[in-house]
Amino acid sequence: MSLKDRRLAELRARIPEVAAAEALDLQQGGALLVDVREDEETAPGSPAGALRLPRGFLELRIEDKAPDPARTILLLCAGGTRSLFAAEDLARLGYADVRSVAGGFSAWKAAGLPVEVPPTLDAAQRERYRRHLTMPEVGEAGQHRLLRSRVALIGAGGLGSPIALYLAAAGVGRLTLIDDDRVERSNLQRQILHAESRLGQRKVESGRTALLDLNPTIEVVAHDTRLDSTNVLELLGGHDVVVDGSDNLPTRYLVNDACQRLGVPNVYGAIFRFEGQVAVFGGGAPGERPCYRCLFPEPPPSEFAPSCAEAGVLGVLPGVIGTIMAAETVKLLLGLGEPLAGRLLLYDGLRGEFTEIAVPADPDCPSCGPGGTVTLSDIAAVCGA
Amino acid sequence: MSETTTTAEAVIRVPTPLRGFVGGRDQVTVPGATVREALAALTAGQESFRDRLFTAEGELRRFVNVYLGRDDVRRLGGLDAALPAGATLTVMVALAGG
Repeated sequence: MSLKDRRLAELRARIPEVAAAEALDLQQGGALLVDVREDEETAPGSPAGALRLPRGFLELRIEDKAPDPARTILLLCAGGTRSLFAAEDLARLGYADVRSVAGGFSAWKAAGLPVEVPPTLDAAQRERYRRHLTMPEVGEAGQHRLLRSRVALIGAGGLGSPIALYLAAAGVGRLTLIDDDRVERSNLQRQILHAESRLGQRKVESGRTALLDLNPTIEVVAHDTRLDSTNVLELLGGHDVVVDGSDNLPTRYLVNDACQRLGVPNVYGAIFRFEGQVAVFGGGAPGERPCYRCLFPEPPPSEFAPSCAEAGVLGVLPGVIGTIMAAETVKLLLGLGEPLAGRLLLYDGLRGEFTEIAVPADPDCPSCGPGGTVTLSDIAAVCGA
Repeated sequence: MSETTTTAEAVIRVPTPLRGFVGGRDQVTVPGATVREALAALTAGQESFRDRLFTAEGELRRFVNVYLGRDDVRRLGGLDAALPAGATLTVMVALAGG
């Protein structure tokens, strides 16, 4: 008897083995089924709902996926041998109930049990997203989630530039740019999505060029149009997150009210000179997260409104606020951490200070409150002197 | 023997769009035992500034928010909310720019 066979005989005496059909029952009852084969082995097919964690990384990563050491763990390989070795490792690590699936994936398939073809990343994608893939909070599943995500970005200007660039770089699969402006030289002090070589182009086209140059594997949809009450639901519908990088109050109210209607989170940011505001509005259960109208129920009359004349802004300020907006967007897409909701982050660039104010959901809010009555409308441009 | 009295003071942070009313400063220290008194001191002698913050009835305009610490004063008893020693009020208005 070879050393290997002797060792396997010892393991079989100690490690409980379960038949494939029993493993499925246990999985449906809450046990974690782990396919420990290598990526190239699982690529053509793997048990539906299984965690795919190659044996080489098993002890390193299992706790991220199975923090409870009392949970039943079912290990599966190709034929039921490697899973025995792996089971012993996990038992030694501290898991109380570890079992091996007899006959492995061959037996699973032969029994006609459910199989799925896991989405895979090609070699170029693995290289591109390596710094995401090595983080357990993102990993391969998270990267796939980003690649399947759809984000609408209103405004391809100051805030829109860093937002679009970082979301494209992160691999957000479909980015919809909405803007009706052209690139001017005076934009280039802060709108780093554009370039001297693209002066005069439509901003959405110039942006599309830059984003596909950064990441040609994503889709960029360009809408050279201005949002209004007749097109807003169509343009924003079908997205997982809406990001508001617009430059005027009527659009901000329209985007807010449309996002409430669509049930989509709205990542909000606004800037002026050295000051910025950023928050996540809506997108939660009713009453859970405030919306923009919980903060400002209505726009100011024109005599008190922010000036529509070209407002001064420090060129890097949209970078500070826009990158926070991009981070909040990625967090929402991945379901990570705590969204910047229920609070507004204020940035004072001159003092180098961040402060936070509470923005609770307003039960009487005209947009997101239970009796909300706001209809989508085009507020007349409100401009101060 | 002279008796000294101390008047409560509050720091008011002023948002960029309103700094023209306070000589460009980003924060101002004013006397006041309540939010109303502090804002009255802030806008004293400047009718247009007062008009920017308050309605004719003396209520805070709906598009102006004032926070004591991190909470909207409307949730803390409104303009008559008492100011603790060393209070910081933050006046906030909408910013449009992007």
